[in-house]
Amino acid sequence: MAFDFLVLTCLGYVVALFIVAFWADKRAAAGKVGWLNSPLIYTLSLSIYCTAWTFYGAVGYAARSGMEFVTIYLGPTLVMLGWWVLLRRLVRIGRTQRITSIADLISSRYGKSNMIGVLVTILAVIGTTPYIALQLQSVTLSFDVFAETPGQGVNQTAFWVAAGLALFTILFGTRNLDVNARHQGVVIAIAVEAVVKLVALLAVGIFVVFILAGGPMPMLDVIAASQIAEQTIQPERWTVLVALAAMAFICLPRMFHVMVVENYDERHLATASWAFPLYLFLMSLFVVPIAAIGLNVLPEGANPDLFVLTVPLEFDRDTLALLAFLGGFSSATSMVIVAALAVSTMVSNHIVMPIWLAQRQGGATVSGDVRYVVILSRRLTIAALLLLGYFYFVYSGGGGALAAIGLIAFAGMAQVMPAMLGGIFWRGATRYGAAAGLTVGLVVWLWCSFLPSFGDASLIPAAVYSNGPFGLEFLRPRALFGIEGMDPLIHAVFWSLLLNSLAFCVVSLITFPTPLERLQGAAFINVFRYSEGAPGWTGGAVDAEDLLMMSQRLLGSREAQELFVAEAQGQGKEGYLPDVSPAFLERLERELAGSVGRATAHAMLMQITGGETVSVEDLMKVADEAQQILEYSSQLEAKSLELGQTAKQLQEANEKLVALSVQKDAFLSQISHELRTPMTSIRSFSEILMRGAGMSPEERSRYSKIIHDEAIRLTRLLDDLLDLSVLENGQVTLNERSVMLDDILDRSVAATDRPEQALTISRDPPMEAVPLFTDGDRLAQVFINLITNAQKYCDAEAPELEIRVGLDNGIRVVDFIDNGAGVSTDVQSVMFEKFARGTDHRAAGGAGLGLAICREVMKRLGGDVVYLPDEAGTAFRVVLPEARKAAA
Amino acid sequence: MAKPPQPVFLERESYRRRRLGDAVRLVPLLGLVLLLLPGLLTTTNDALIYIFTIWAVLIVVTAILSRKLAAADMIDGAGEAQKAPDDT
Repeated sequence: MAFDFLVLTCLGYVVALFIVAFWADKRAAAGKVGWLNSPLIYTLSLSIYCTAWTFYGAVGYAARSGMEFVTIYLGPTLVMLGWWVLLRRLVRIGRTQRITSIADLISSRYGKSNMIGVLVTILAVIGTTPYIALQLQSVTLSFDVFAETPGQGVNQTAFWVAAGLALFTILFGTRNLDVNARHQGVVIAIAVEAVVKLVALLAVGIFVVFILAGGPMPMLDVIAASQIAEQTIQPERWTVLVALAAMAFICLPRMFHVMVVENYDERHLATASWAFPLYLFLMSLFVVPIAAIGLNVLPEGANPDLFVLTVPLEFDRDTLALLAFLGGFSSATSMVIVAALAVSTMVSNHIVMPIWLAQRQGGATVSGDVRYVVILSRRLTIAALLLLGYFYFVYSGGGGALAAIGLIAFAGMAQVMPAMLGGIFWRGATRYGAAAGLTVGLVVWLWCSFLPSFGDASLIPAAVYSNGPFGLEFLRPRALFGIEGMDPLIHAVFWSLLLNSLAFCVVSLITFPTPLERLQGAAFINVFRYSEGAPGWTGGAVDAEDLLMMSQRLLGSREAQELFVAEAQGQGKEGYLPDVSPAFLERLERELAGSVGRATAHAMLMQITGGETVSVEDLMKVADEAQQILEYSSQLEAKSLELGQTAKQLQEANEKLVALSVQKDAFLSQISHELRTPMTSIRSFSEILMRGAGMSPEERSRYSKIIHDEAIRLTRLLDDLLDLSVLENGQVTLNERSVMLDDILDRSVAATDRPEQALTISRDPPMEAVPLFTDGDRLAQVFINLITNAQKYCDAEAPELEIRVGLDNGIRVVDFIDNGAGVSTDVQSVMFEKFARGTDHRAAGGAGLGLAICREVMKRLGGDVVYLPDEAGTAFRVVLPEARKAAA
Repeated sequence: MAKPPQPVFLERESYRRRRLGDAVRLVPLLGLVLLLLPGLLTTTNDALIYIFTIWAVLIVVTAILSRKLAAADMIDGAGEAQKAPDDT
């Protein structure tokens, strides 16, 4: 078979795969997922566990060590059989927490600690490198079988295979700009490859058993006669390998990716739980027969790792050999694609993005920016990973049994196991514990397993193996702590995992988790209590109408509809509802963030689109935003309250000013009226006197008297005004001294005693003997005013005034009560105002200032004048100032 | 005997389903023990036949149990999370 034909076949196969993947992506984008998401596809995608190592190497392994090869399959079989315990939990956590990789799972569990994420990523890079080297080796060796001059340009072939695989992976895995979605196309391509490799191996196996050996029973005879029969199983190695394979099955980045990240429906696990073990069963069923026949028919020294190819070639079954070759090629490509994808996701999420964002400081402003960086970093990582694998292949000498390299990689990824199991079952696990365990495990594994894998004397000098580093014998890479004689692999796995678990547990016990860690721990461990059943992935099936309804509530219907219409037009659609593309969701989230805050918007969209539960971090962000809004609104409230109070005060002040202005106007008009009246009569009577020559003396005298009276009235009015103004301005000086109330009353009655007045005044002298300390003249002025009022206004036929001295609540009062008609209620309210008069008794000569003056005087003296409404006639009560000072 | 009332019947269903979950948990343990035994076998042929037989049996048993469990889960749905605190 021509070498070129082989290369062309490979290229054709790759193109076919690419078309399948493209078609699947298109179907998925159109929402027609159907059987693309069936449990069968899920099961087949898990088959990336079976790499070229498995495909070629298992036969070589069997040829060398008998049945031991099967441990590599038994471990995963046991894990799948126990899906109800562990995998179901992992998948549920992966879905509810939106986990993107195993590094993401571990770092999420430990409070989104990026330190942990970086550690796991480093472990993954180092652990994946030998694995990729292994695939390069398999493909290179299988090419070499068909080459005209075997052994020539092996490294060159390996390089071109690596470059081809890198290109293939980049085209496959990062072609889709949407970096977060599931890789529908990749999964389908893997499933196709899974079928190819199963069919290829079964075909070779059936050919060997039924054609070469002549049936199962003769086959057993052949095996019994071969050197394989002599290989006995070493129980401790058997046990460790089963455990190692089981751990690797969960922890390998690519396995975690297809099993958890790409999982479409939790129920698919139920099918995969038996279907995948069945796949493994079939993959390993014919391994021992092929190995036995190979050992039998091929010359001594033939590489048993290539029996799958060389046995059919030996019997000139070119087509079968080509099928086997494609099977091996499929194994290698699918593994490399998924592993590189998974690891590049980790590298970009946990190493590149944090650094990039930290450098940008302000954070991403344009979303396209981030996407570009993510895509670029993933592509570069994929290329770098393949290059690393190539270097590993070259420097490890391209020798070494395939199985040995694979187991080294297994042991490396198994270091994640304690942190992961502890994380999902033990609430006490802390980030420091996880970091300590991972670090210790990584170091021990590097020292005891990874570095020695480059050959006995390449990276670690031979002296170190025998004497330990710096002469420290207990640190010899193959005999840690002086325990010798163990199988190197068992030794490395035993010590690395033991020390790893120990460090993890001890450090977890003595450290304290952060709040976020504790919340995440509870969410992981109680994932079945807090999450819902097993909902399907609804990513593509979001109803644009639901989004529109939600947006209308937040943005207002017109704005929301405009946004949706613009988006629909942008997508070239008519009507209101655009396709729910990730770009649109992102834009919508930004818009919504403007009104409800970024975290809230994200959480709301997640609720509608993802069906995923909101993470603790999201909730904390929402709470923060709500807190900020609350603070802001309470500040606003306080401000508006303050404003309201100020406005009220201003209003009150304004009302007072208006009232004062009205009072002032009223006072001015009153005063001018009061002054004008006497002035008018003075003027008219003086004019009469001036003109009246023939006037009788009586008339002249009468007119002069009127002028005189009016002038007196005017003077009194001006006096009163002056008095009031002085009192109101507080300029009055009080002449306070000890006086007797009865003296003042006597003086007042005497001052008002006029013969023409008929007012009878009755008093109660014994009660009046009260000592006071006050201005007696001012008090007398008040009494005189009240008595004069009674004289003027009492309308009884025989007016009487009773002056009664008494006590009201311990305060001395003097009541002036006459037997008149009293004062009507509406007058009572204004009678103490200036110019207020009960009825129009102008002739009485008062200007209506009397009571106003009385009240002012009493207030100055520390007392008051009030009207007593319940008495028979008009009654005033003078509340006397307290006599404390008199007593003193 | 009288026909048992409806709730008892439902309880019984969910009881059976939980025991089904127990059985599914038990299978890997059984498998682990059985598959760690080949160390005691001496010839490769014996080991080959033993291992593949056990393997096949485990696959068949799990297939039956998982299908039943998945069917029960479909009926019971999300309620499982609240009803089975012993899950954790």
